[in-house]
Amino acid sequence: MKIGLFIPCYVDQFYPQVGIATLELLEKLGCQVEYPTGQTCCGQPMANTGCERDAKASYQHFVRLFHPYDYVVAPSGSCTYHVRKHYDIIEQTGEVQKVREKTLDLSEFLLDVLKVKALDSLFPHRVGLHQSCHGLRGLRLGTGSERVLEQQSKLHTLLRMAKGIELVELGRPDECCGFGGTFAINETAISVKMGKGRIADHESQGVEVITAGDMSCLMHLEGIIRRQKKKIKVKHIAEILNGTTI
Amino acid sequence: MKEHAQKAAEFIRNESRADWHDEALWFVRAKRDKASHSIPEWEQLRELASRIKDNVLAGLDGYLEQFEANALRNGVHVHWAADAEDHNRIVYGILQKHGVERIVKSKSMLTEECRLNEYLIENGIEVVDTDLGERIIQLKEEPPSHIVMPAIHLKKEEVGELFHQKLHTEKGATGPQYLAEAARQHLRQKFLSAQAAITGVNFAIAETGGVVVCTNEGNADMGVHLAPVQIHCMGIEKILPKAEHLGVFTRLLARSATGQPITIYTSHYHRPREGGEMHIVIVDNGRTTQLGRADFRNSLKCIRCGACMNTCPIYRRSGGHSYGYTIPGPIGSILTPGIDLKKYSGLPFASTLCGSCSDVCPVKINIHEQLYRWRQIIAEQGHLPPAKRQSMKWAARVLARPVWYNLAGKMARWALKWLPRPLLYNRFNEWGKDRELPEPPKQSFKEWYPRKQA
Repeated sequence: MKIGLFIPCYVDQFYPQVGIATLELLEKLGCQVEYPTGQTCCGQPMANTGCERDAKASYQHFVRLFHPYDYVVAPSGSCTYHVRKHYDIIEQTGEVQKVREKTLDLSEFLLDVLKVKALDSLFPHRVGLHQSCHGLRGLRLGTGSERVLEQQSKLHTLLRMAKGIELVELGRPDECCGFGGTFAINETAISVKMGKGRIADHESQGVEVITAGDMSCLMHLEGIIRRQKKKIKVKHIAEILNGTTI
Repeated sequence: MKEHAQKAAEFIRNESRADWHDEALWFVRAKRDKASHSIPEWEQLRELASRIKDNVLAGLDGYLEQFEANALRNGVHVHWAADAEDHNRIVYGILQKHGVERIVKSKSMLTEECRLNEYLIENGIEVVDTDLGERIIQLKEEPPSHIVMPAIHLKKEEVGELFHQKLHTEKGATGPQYLAEAARQHLRQKFLSAQAAITGVNFAIAETGGVVVCTNEGNADMGVHLAPVQIHCMGIEKILPKAEHLGVFTRLLARSATGQPITIYTSHYHRPREGGEMHIVIVDNGRTTQLGRADFRNSLKCIRCGACMNTCPIYRRSGGHSYGYTIPGPIGSILTPGIDLKKYSGLPFASTLCGSCSDVCPVKINIHEQLYRWRQIIAEQGHLPPAKRQSMKWAARVLARPVWYNLAGKMARWALKWLPRPLLYNRFNEWGKDRELPEPPKQSFKEWYPRKQA
């Protein structure tokens, strides 16, 4: 089984440690992972701004690079969702269909494909999980609080495998952080206000580390945390699962 | 029209008030969660409601004719209005025929949409909204900020002051019971002297020709039972095929709207009372155009419960008035572009596409997917701000070319590391207004990877 590692553009540029943690974790679990170095971006920034036609070249590029792999794994629910959901506007060749089917968020790959039951990770901290919207409501990595269905959450399941971890319950378990891509700069006031609300919820539960399946939410929250000189930290779930310490 | 972002920023400037607004609506969302979670078959109920509406929208012409035939058989006058002007003219015509000078209304988003109140008042008719929230904003001369709780943006102190000025309650009195009692006494006079009553319509049953109105205050009944002329205004999409379908929707509506198991009153009107006259005005006003748009047809399933507003993190923090249309929030943002694409081109962007709206929607409208689709249309038709359009074109070029992408990333990290703070955090840096930019790492993942391989 050959795995193509997709590291989202902003993770590549600003949060390489998240990419490293993802790669190390997959290799520790015995996977044969390749990182195609020609990769750029899934095209979501343009598409969510209404310019999905401009993004087609990125889509084609992504498919060209990743179609040879059995699975494409990304430490991002949002980018994964974009590939699966919105690559419908290019011609649906066999390669496109395969890439759309086989692109998985890290948590899906760990639980649904590798069927991981335990991880070698120690993280003795109070942790709050931020449920990123595209992972939660797009990929259905968990049951959103709106829905009257059996509660499950892939990210919770994985985090509970870390020894010593104390997962808190939040007042609002899955409210959006306010990032929303270009929304963060087009509706700055609301975006920041939403972020502050999320941080306050975690703080009120005594959280030391906020984690999420998407670094984009955490980049936004971290930006506010650092501006306000707060103590609370952010860590991508891959870092915790890979045994990173704070 | 001022952009949503600007009005939202103004709303948030009073931060404690924005927090209060957010909490008030989150409270309603939490009540909705509790109420819906008490129904184990909730998700099946939503699916059923959505499919009934699919059937209605697929056969709307036939159902409307069936509805009209049955209503006529019941002795009801049925009118067809192509647009808002038509609707207003028809209603005024009925009032003129009876020499009506004073009317009472129960809540109707359709008449808000058609601006009926303004039209009738210009023509010399006294119009009194009898829903408490509606009456409050009518006295305040403001549009509703929510479709179910029209005065949710006002605090009880503000209502107290308003009632003091308009209804001569005691200065400084803010007790909800005292204020509600004052409104009751005031409205009682209006009910008794009204010569016609107008209501909205929640559901119209094709099989019976009757209409159903859901209220918590019984004000629709008070109006209709006292006035000799009753007029019910409905959009064409309010049809349900049979009476047996109604239960599916009444179970969903109040739970989604306010977390109540059912509205206090579910009033059924089938025929005029003895000596009275009953009219139903069926309004299109752009709905058939929307029906013809395959990607957006589902928006006509809306039963106006307001759950998408209560759950929307943007609506809760920007208030209904920031949307600049009668129906605000997520559902408004997918309806308005179909009415005037240019004017409302900002609204589909007043969302993070978090998808909560689609998941609370009792009739499973794919709201966030429609927001995404409207964004594409707005860009294609050239209604994006030019700077945004250009930056996306450039981003697309860079992101499709690995060499350009690598270079751009390197430059960004270099700038973050070396540029003096005032150059980075200037007035063009929206991100940096209240947030720090990411700290630049020594190398990108891509730069690290080959070294690791070696």
